Amino acid sequence: MSSPSQAHDGFASYYGRPVLKEPAWKRPDVALYLFLGGLSGASSVLAAGADLTDRPHLARVGRIIAGAGVLGSLAALIHDLGRPARFLNMLRVFKPTSPLSMGSWTIASFGPLAGAAAVSEIAGTSRTAGRVAGIGAAALGPVMATYTSVLIADTAIPAWHDAHPELPFMFGGSAMTSAAGAALVTAPLAETGPVVGVALAGAGMEIAAAEVMTRRMGLTAEPYSQGRAGKLMLVAKGLTAAGAAGAALSRRSRIGSALAGAALIAGSAALRFAVFDAGVQSARDPRYTIIPQRERASRRASQATGQLADAPITAAE
Amino acid sequence: MGNRLSGPLPMVAADAGYSDPPERMGFFTDTSVCIGCKACEVACKEWNEVPEDGISLLGLSYDNTGALGASTWRHVAFVEQPRYAPELHDQLAQVPAAADPASSSATDGQTGSEMRWLMSSDVCKHCTHAACLDVCPTGALIRTEDGTVIVQDDVCNGCGYCVPACPYGVIEKREGDGRAFKCTLCYDRTGAGLMPACATACPTESIQYGPLNELRERAEARLGTLQAQGEERAQLYGNRPDDGIGGAGAFFLLLDEPEVYGLPPDPVVTTRDLPKMWGYAAGAAATVLTCMVGSFLRGRK
Repeated sequence: MSSPSQAHDGFASYYGRPVLKEPAWKRPDVALYLFLGGLSGASSVLAAGADLTDRPHLARVGRIIAGAGVLGSLAALIHDLGRPARFLNMLRVFKPTSPLSMGSWTIASFGPLAGAAAVSEIAGTSRTAGRVAGIGAAALGPVMATYTSVLIADTAIPAWHDAHPELPFMFGGSAMTSAAGAALVTAPLAETGPVVGVALAGAGMEIAAAEVMTRRMGLTAEPYSQGRAGKLMLVAKGLTAAGAAGAALSRRSRIGSALAGAALIAGSAALRFAVFDAGVQSARDPRYTIIPQRERASRRASQATGQLADAPITAAE
Repeated sequence: MGNRLSGPLPMVAADAGYSDPPERMGFFTDTSVCIGCKACEVACKEWNEVPEDGISLLGLSYDNTGALGASTWRHVAFVEQPRYAPELHDQLAQVPAAADPASSSATDGQTGSEMRWLMSSDVCKHCTHAACLDVCPTGALIRTEDGTVIVQDDVCNGCGYCVPACPYGVIEKREGDGRAFKCTLCYDRTGAGLMPACATACPTESIQYGPLNELRERAEARLGTLQAQGEERAQLYGNRPDDGIGGAGAFFLLLDEPEVYGLPPDPVVTTRDLPKMWGYAAGAAATVLTCMVGSFLRGRK
């Protein structure tokens, strides 16, 4: 069988054309939506922690960043819509099978709380109400930091779907590093002690999850190490590791902490762009769709006939 | 009520909330009698007023449409291949020059090789477990009483989530409009007692419209006939309620493996794994909270 439509690197396809559509989501809109949502969610937790442990400056910057972050995330989401004027249709139904519906309701609950806490902080009024709103936002903060991973994993895109066990941990860790980074840039050294711990834990979580993911997934992890996604992934890991190390080593240096913070923020943003690009790359090349499915189908067929599968198993179910 | 997210679901419209729905309707596309005339593509565009989406020569045999999309709801694939014959294939493999596709032709008397055409009119599968419908956050995508899946264009806000969710690459956002579009299985025509435009226009009855159970029986019989005639690779695609999408409302009889026609060989609805995904996310969210609380407790000392 050697017609042009048949053989492409050992698997059959239709003229090498993709099976799937590329994600219709725009770049940078959706990558920024992922990044800012994480930053905002983790910052709200940081702010509440600071509030409860009497670190007023850290609480202040955390609240303001959480409020600005959720606003930015929402703006990016709306800007990406084909019909932005119909944004409110997102709240037309409550639909657990749609992570974007759940995400919209999360933003609709978290946003006003984080916003109220930030406005109270900036205006200096309604302090008690602002504190309560801030604690309420923090309760939803970890959800804000992780739901976007389910949003992209719940697709047919091989590099996203197959990564569903680790993506929430990558995104959660990345949210922590970005919030810690923003706090290191903006808060005084006297109050950033716990922030360093958050940076280290977040960096460890993100890098470890990424490592587990690429080792476990096999073929569909390839896009994470190739092309623009591969480069961005290296940048993300490098900046995150350097930023976390820098934060730990420069606890007494304002400039050192700020530089480490900037590296953490940039590393977190790079991770979201890397993951976004890896998904697009995996949709574009039919091998990532066809080969794992063909192997799964062959395996099932040979199991049905009581024979051993001869195809190697590289795909996650 | 199991199998909401995956697995067999015999009463798909009833499960969606219709009381006493009519029979589930669908398409059976028998590609063995497709002649590649593209009347289905034209009829679909005409009836549904689907806009022109580029007139170009793709260089893919006679396929200048390329793929299904926002403005292509039927797509005829053209595959040119040597006639499948295992014993002939083995002979060709031993003669490198003869195995070169450039030297093979329909009149190649030396090896007796013969080209064959595979033509297939692709369409939205109207899945039993439709990922596009599951992930749609606005409720724009709905199940109809006939068991088909349609987009309500007055509700869609163009979020684009359905596009990467579809395991077949069918639904797409339309440039310049912003909303997502796909085959409606001619919901307007069938509601008025007419057949879908493509099935009406098809001159060889390659596209058949009818009650899904009846179509499945007809397809099994046709497959048996073809297998008896020696079509070894003939197979039904999307007809099994126990497959990864719970069976398609629009299924096919193919003469080769699905991927040869640009179809995924073993598609699975992504939402099958959604409960697990939320579980992992809950674990990650708890870890984030624990780590952050821990950092403050340590910092207190």
